Amino acid sequence: MSKQRKAVALISGGLDSLLAARTIQEQGVHVEGINFYTGFCVEGHTHAIRKKDKATPKRNNALWSAEQLGIKLHIVDIIEEYKDVLINPKHGYGANMNPCLDCKIFMVQKAKEWIKENDFDFIITGEVIGQRPMSQRKDTMPVIAEESGADDRLLRPLCAQNLPMTLPEREGWVDREKLHNFSGRGRKPQMALANEFGFEDFAQPAGGCCFLTDKSYSDKLVDLWSSRGRKEYDLDDIMLLKVGRHIRPDKHFKVIVAREDGEARFLQGYKKDFINMNCASHRGPLAMVDGAPTEEDLLVAAQLTARYGQGRDAEEVEVTIREKDGTERTVTVKPFKGDEIPKEWFV
Amino acid sequence: MSKETLNAKRLLCPLPVIRTQDKVKTMQIGDVLEVVCTDPGVMQDIPAWCRINGHKVLETITDEMEYTIILEVG
Repeated sequence: MSKQRKAVALISGGLDSLLAARTIQEQGVHVEGINFYTGFCVEGHTHAIRKKDKATPKRNNALWSAEQLGIKLHIVDIIEEYKDVLINPKHGYGANMNPCLDCKIFMVQKAKEWIKENDFDFIITGEVIGQRPMSQRKDTMPVIAEESGADDRLLRPLCAQNLPMTLPEREGWVDREKLHNFSGRGRKPQMALANEFGFEDFAQPAGGCCFLTDKSYSDKLVDLWSSRGRKEYDLDDIMLLKVGRHIRPDKHFKVIVAREDGEARFLQGYKKDFINMNCASHRGPLAMVDGAPTEEDLLVAAQLTARYGQGRDAEEVEVTIREKDGTERTVTVKPFKGDEIPKEWFV
Repeated sequence: MSKETLNAKRLLCPLPVIRTQDKVKTMQIGDVLEVVCTDPGVMQDIPAWCRINGHKVLETITDEMEYTIILEVG
């Protein structure tokens, strides 16, 4: 009896990785999933911080995919190691701060290490030629296989028939005829295959699965690096970039103003890390002050905080300023009018 | 059988799941782990992770700003 072969599937939570994994399961291969957490993954519940998203299911789609497939999912924290990928991408950035090609190479490389440690035979991804402008092109897909070191142990079941044969095909672990020849950005073949497999309610994130592909988020990251004079970040930095209005009146300080209750609740957790403030005389948002503000800067921050509260049209608003150690004082400020805030302050 | 507690407060999903996964790797079958979190997403994700990986959720507790999941390692 021939040995049952084992494959690890990179599971993003999107449709393509779901279909790729099922395609290989159908051929009798034992499949387990692996999901890498960079800190920039949209799959986290960071969208759910905002109250407006309350109606959307608070599920992690990678876990959901694994459950649909009936496979184990190994979620791997690569936050620290990923910093070098983002800060020094060999192949550069995409339209925003997305180092997609380096990212894919890195993840496949990590998967290769994983299969070696866990005695698996090959790696599956949901990549499709022409699907993405940077990492899923005919000329870059071989680069991923080569630079990751996975070489011909990397199988892309959805477009395998358009690519050279891989080890699992040559060795007969999978039947190439039962793999697919998808290409391009169209989604019809994927939808048809999903229908054939009976998958419903799968995730199709419009902006991809990474915050770094988002212009607004990337602008905030660049601003963070620029204000610090060096490219560095920690997990709290990148979480806070997902939340609130970011307003930078000067290079040495920035004000983060919660846009609604969900964000305010999230920011509450950072009260000991930042000087923070909220309106005392009116209902209003919680705001954090990042950097090294002077007393004068704090008054500007208070005016901004008042601007986004219910006292925005009042002559005066009392704002409570809280130091990191919890000591409080209240100041009275005139809220900024909308046209008094320079556009360039908004990050 | 031992019972341990994991503090996953302030972490956003999937980090509480990752911390749970890493902690469970160090435990024995039948051991009990109590995970205390502040991200409401864990109420969906940790049970899903348990179902996939063969662990049993014994109890979930919601207490205003905190979410606790008690699981038995399978």
